[in-house]
Amino acid sequence: MKSYDIIVIGGGPAGMAAALAAHKNQVKNILIIERDQELGGILNQCIHNGFGVHHFKKELTGPEYSDLVALELQKTNIEVMTDSMVLKLGDDKTVHVINGKLGLIKIKAKAIILAMGCRERTRGAIRIHGARPAGVYTAGTVQRLINIDGYMPGKKVVILGSGDIGLIMARRMTLEGAKVEAVLEILPYSNGLTRNIVQCLNDFSIPLMLSHTITKIHGKERVEGVSITKVDANLCPIKITEQFIPCDTVLLSVGLIPENEISRAYGIIIDRKTSGPVVGELRQTSKEGIFSCGNVLHVHDLVDFVSEEGDLAGFGAAQYIHNNLSPDFTHTTIPGEGISIVVPQKINAQNVTDKVKLFMRAKKVYTNCIINAYIGDKLVAHKKENKFLPAEMVYLTIKKEDLFNNANAEIVIKIEPVK
Amino acid sequence: MYDITIIGAGIIGCAIARELAKYNLKICLIEKNEDVGAEATKANSGIVHGGYAEKPGSIKAKFSSKGNSMYQQLNAELNFGFVQTGSFVIGFDEKDATKINELFAYGQKNGVPNLQIVDGNFVRDKEPNLNKDINIALYCPTAGITSPYEFAIALAENAIQNGVELKLNSKVTAIQKSHDHFIVTTNQESLTTKIVINTAGLYADEIAKMVGAVEFTIKPRQGQYLVFDKDQGDLINSVIFQVPTAISKGILVTKTYHGNLLIGPDATPAPAKDYLDTASQNISEIIEAAKKSFPDFDLQKVITAFAGNRAAATTEDFIIEESKIKGFINVAGIESPGLTAAPAIATYVSEIVAATKQVKLSPKINFNPYRKAYHAIANMQEQELNNLIKQDVKYGCVVCRCETVSEGEICDALHRNIPINSLDAIKRRTRAGMGRCQSGFCTPKIMEIIHNELQIPKEKITKKGGKSLFVFGRTK
Repeated sequence: MKSYDIIVIGGGPAGMAAALAAHKNQVKNILIIERDQELGGILNQCIHNGFGVHHFKKELTGPEYSDLVALELQKTNIEVMTDSMVLKLGDDKTVHVINGKLGLIKIKAKAIILAMGCRERTRGAIRIHGARPAGVYTAGTVQRLINIDGYMPGKKVVILGSGDIGLIMARRMTLEGAKVEAVLEILPYSNGLTRNIVQCLNDFSIPLMLSHTITKIHGKERVEGVSITKVDANLCPIKITEQFIPCDTVLLSVGLIPENEISRAYGIIIDRKTSGPVVGELRQTSKEGIFSCGNVLHVHDLVDFVSEEGDLAGFGAAQYIHNNLSPDFTHTTIPGEGISIVVPQKINAQNVTDKVKLFMRAKKVYTNCIINAYIGDKLVAHKKENKFLPAEMVYLTIKKEDLFNNANAEIVIKIEPVK
Repeated sequence: MYDITIIGAGIIGCAIARELAKYNLKICLIEKNEDVGAEATKANSGIVHGGYAEKPGSIKAKFSSKGNSMYQQLNAELNFGFVQTGSFVIGFDEKDATKINELFAYGQKNGVPNLQIVDGNFVRDKEPNLNKDINIALYCPTAGITSPYEFAIALAENAIQNGVELKLNSKVTAIQKSHDHFIVTTNQESLTTKIVINTAGLYADEIAKMVGAVEFTIKPRQGQYLVFDKDQGDLINSVIFQVPTAISKGILVTKTYHGNLLIGPDATPAPAKDYLDTASQNISEIIEAAKKSFPDFDLQKVITAFAGNRAAATTEDFIIEESKIKGFINVAGIESPGLTAAPAIATYVSEIVAATKQVKLSPKINFNPYRKAYHAIANMQEQELNNLIKQDVKYGCVVCRCETVSEGEICDALHRNIPINSLDAIKRRTRAGMGRCQSGFCTPKIMEIIHNELQIPKEKITKKGGKSLFVFGRTK
């Protein structure tokens, strides 16, 4: 059986960064397995700009960002296996992978980095009822059809969900000559980045209808329209506000779900809130030698943070290979008042170099508030912003000495009003 | 001139076509849709019932337990997928117990083998995740689950192998009786036939009306369902019914043949035969009702909802007889348990055909009962899979990641003897697009494969035939 020090599953930005980081940290034998025909993952279809502002200090398109990282990879001896699908993880860290050239083979790894990304939430998952015609798409599928395949999947479009991909696709479809009738958002605020609302909707006079949802899809063969309503404070449709919008396409941008089927099957503990593995400061999962990073761990809003997390997981896996990773955990992070998720969920203070970054999201929109992190009674980190939005990931930095100076094992993060 | 023309390629039409293909007859099977089994056959519970729920003496009772007993053999020949999981009708109180005893008595009269009335512990032993308050149940070990559309496809493929002509996209517009034969006109052509078998499901009354053989009306009855991911299906081993009501067999909870969790159906009059909308009100009620059987399914794992319309006849029983028009045979009103009864109905229809004396049923010596299974890589052992990939690399290229379906399987589907080109037709054969991402990732890939294999421009590729197009043209 062929074997590697590290096998990275997924060759998107997270997997590429992780492989590079492991390589920089003296791991010799690394393999990236990618299901598509080339590296880059979803970046390849994101032809708009806005990527890399933090990581590369310049504004790039998705393919440009991906190419820059792939170029670095080419300078190394990291092996890449494309057009290959990992079916499962077997006992003792064997990766079962299939492709047309080699068939189904097993490859052994000392460490595995999970970087499989996420999938889009579907119509069925959010239970939009009505008929089942063609023309109901998730935003990513439309993005692929237009940007990679060069086909127009619709002319008159209603978009549900104001997540970033939905906003980007509102602009993209408009530029391609489609009429985007409206973008509906069930929440009273958008789930996309502010810059995307301005550049993708406002600049093209596309209406954003907050507190609205689709209650019914019409059309026998192809979509013929949607019934939409306002929703109340409990997100329940208000029947009397129902109106019909004729359209031939419904585009859904209603959330992303980390694709952890392989992780679950291997028995890795999953956080119900993030839908990704519970991880430590170096993105180690509950199974020894298995790491996780990028959108398979938790859904990010910027690829820059994905790369950063890949770096961390690659570094962690390298430490594991070199027997420098301290097992077990000293601290647990707890999402308190106003916080929906925190990553990492666990920390081993021994493995922290000088500080640890905690990534989190607000449950709803908070203005004039501060995010505080406490160990016991002691405030160990805080961040003040004019506004905290669920759409924008926030991070706090905790110093290593604060972890050591506090015996309490729980780090509680809360949003509190500014006093 | 055809000996037999069968109108409607649902499960009943396909079963009859395959049964009559055993004889030296010239047979034509007409279907208005772009695929077989694309209406009620694709949207039901997929249960092979035990046969205890039908009133003794009814036509339904006559065919259901007999049909059930034929599945094992048919599956061995046709490879469509059938497992005898057993079923429970669960009860909580005295009233339920009375009903369960009644069903047991029905079952005895209908000749259902090995029926048992069992206590709550027996149920919990077999189904640890069900409601802890279950006191009593009717256990039917012969009940099972199947893949109904794959059954219809397999029957049709095997019928074609044995000489039956399948005409898709052919909608019958007129039928004329002309002394010893019929002239059947479709939107494509006119053909002559000695015998017509009306298996038009929801539209059987309209077909019968064309020739003046109207003895019934079809009142479509809708049932809605909710499908969950396979990790939820893993929590249930068999088919779980609640005690039946006047119009339905009760909300059921079951693992499907392919391992998903399925809950439903309700039973409401459909506003139109082709009205297949789901509604949040109905689905919410189904969820509440299903919780009574199985309290802990995870609503975050819902994959999709669907609705199916049952071809319920006003006579409230199956209609399987030669009509008052000589040579025109109605096989109508085949609502539940029609899937179960289908094989037995088919055999009986061959007897009716023989009895008409319009045609002679001489057995075909070279009848081949076997239909090739798909090479489903998701269920294959390593060695077998690697041998397959050595023969055809396409079996190593995974197209549908949720259901692990390879390009090889999709190409197989496109080149079999039923000419298909829609994504739903591929989905029903291979499961590509059936999983949790609901074809978000594989739609563009499958379009590419259809385009390459069949030279169809992408602008003409459909979800389910007609105008259900995916794309409207090239980008700027």
